[in-house]
Amino acid sequence: MLWYIGRRLIQTIPVFIGATFLIYFLVFKLPGDPVAALFGDKPVNPAVAAQIRAEYHLDRPFIVQYLLYLKGTLHLDFGTSFATRRPAIDSISQAFPVTVKLGLMALAIEAVFGITLGVIAGLRKGGIFDSTILIASLVVIAVPVFVMGFILQFLVGIKLGWLSPTAGPNAPLKNLILPAIVLASLSMAYVIRLTRASVAENLSADFVRTATAKGLSRRRVNVVHVLRNSMIPVVTFLGADLGALMGGAIVTEGIFNVQGIGRLLYNSIRASDSVVVVGTVTLLVVVFLISNLLVDLLYAVLDPRIRYV
Amino acid sequence: MSDLTKSGGPRPGQGHFLADPDETPLQATDTLSANSEPSSLWQDAWRSLRKNPIFLISALMILFVLFVAFFPGVFTSEDPNYCVLSRSPLNKGTPPVITGYHPWGFDIQGCDVLARAVYGAKASVTVGVGTTILVVLVGGVVGALAGFYGGWFDSILSRITDIFFALPLILGAIIVLQLYKGSESVWRVVVVLALFGWPQIARITRGAVISVKGADFITASTALGATRFKSLVRHVVPNSLAPVIVTATVSLGIYIVSEATLSFLGLGLPQNLQSWGAQISSAQSAIRTAPMMLFYPSAALAITVLSFILLGDAVREALDPKARKR
Repeated sequence: MLWYIGRRLIQTIPVFIGATFLIYFLVFKLPGDPVAALFGDKPVNPAVAAQIRAEYHLDRPFIVQYLLYLKGTLHLDFGTSFATRRPAIDSISQAFPVTVKLGLMALAIEAVFGITLGVIAGLRKGGIFDSTILIASLVVIAVPVFVMGFILQFLVGIKLGWLSPTAGPNAPLKNLILPAIVLASLSMAYVIRLTRASVAENLSADFVRTATAKGLSRRRVNVVHVLRNSMIPVVTFLGADLGALMGGAIVTEGIFNVQGIGRLLYNSIRASDSVVVVGTVTLLVVVFLISNLLVDLLYAVLDPRIRYV
Repeated sequence: MSDLTKSGGPRPGQGHFLADPDETPLQATDTLSANSEPSSLWQDAWRSLRKNPIFLISALMILFVLFVAFFPGVFTSEDPNYCVLSRSPLNKGTPPVITGYHPWGFDIQGCDVLARAVYGAKASVTVGVGTTILVVLVGGVVGALAGFYGGWFDSILSRITDIFFALPLILGAIIVLQLYKGSESVWRVVVVLALFGWPQIARITRGAVISVKGADFITASTALGATRFKSLVRHVVPNSLAPVIVTATVSLGIYIVSEATLSFLGLGLPQNLQSWGAQISSAQSAIRTAPMMLFYPSAALAITVLSFILLGDAVREALDPKARKR
């Protein structure tokens, strides 16, 4: 098991370096001068531009720039924002907890409702409940998240007034419920379909027949044998999804005015604030890699075969 | 499990040496003709697909959407760019004299909603199909090479795939589209979506190729003198296509949704190009006064995406011998 964890950790390092390099390359090396963009429509003052370039190491060779950035990142120093002249980590650490709350709420919603509905549908495959759930999940997948956001915001938030339609700064948890539901909806549909397929497949597996044959109660067969084995693909999906949820937060936070990472990222991209963009995306990639790592470890716990490969 | 003592078969105790008679109906093997063509996986799949109503409906819907995309003039005689502000639902003054046929009404700019939705089909379909083709080409080649040759070559290609996989599709696309303001065309969106979409196909292809390359018929083709590359192209790739095609079909829908999301953020297609995403985006501000304006383009988009997902599902089921109903 230790060997497995170690190997898995070592595999993560090149991916982290590669992914941060990719982001850094995309933001700083693509055509378009971030310093010139700071001046907007005004003519570029060469002295000021040179000073800014020196401050951000933009006058150094690209690979040196990247290594300096990587060194800063390891010290949680993402540099100074182009636009606000504040350390990027300030804006990020202010916005990050909000998105973490939103993301975890969404993850909880999709896990609880997705797995429950999926298991019920899988155990009663072909029934009315199953068909209804299947069609509903397909509709949720097909409708873009932002349309879902508008509709729920309008119906639940404004028409019915059950939940706050917008979050705003320092939002209490209950104002995040509606955005979390919208954020979770797409993944929940996938979780339902995955759980359902997995449960239905395992129900006809040999080990389930054996368990039934040796006289276990139906309940024990379902919970211990079917559920545990069906959770493997679902857990993989949920873990990989945490990263996607953070990315999806861009749209959801925009609609519901949640002052989180997604909003910060969108505004920074709009303002060509490359430093904050790179810092934020790096953080999101780290979250993605860590959650994938955790999933792989959990996977090994759920499925003993994997440890010995 | 049959009750052997009752059926008059073997005596108690001998049962487990003999197969149940129902399991191997000898008559069935008698009817097989040794001269008949062996039916391939795809032929079997096609036979069961032809009878599947979900496949037929979704295929028909996709053909319909393609028809709308190529011949928008058949469905509306209105010019989608002809907009008169007085026709807007926000206009509280004297209602204008409206001529012609406008079943879906007008948007806030006073443009015909039906015409815009009909002309918007082309952009969405182009993005979906174009991105899928590009993703399958890039991801398929990378995944097939990595899976087939294995070793350090596989390690390098897999890590590169992981690196691109670590950036979510929408997130990566937003960054590139915002920073790289090149030509304002559909193809820009296609290339950017493909740039972050290929790792998914690469992973699927790699898995499929690995499971196929150990098969006996690959060993047979090598034994008959095929080079490694030839057996990859002629035998491994065709036999690992099934899961790739299924994933690609479902992803096609996802790319259409992604284009809409990007256009909603103002980063996708330019405003002068009709697209469902841009149409939905412009409808959001009037959701209280004219909710149907949001409904029509969203429904068009959702139905298109749904058709592709259902088609992918039906093909998956048909290709899986375990799930197929004989």
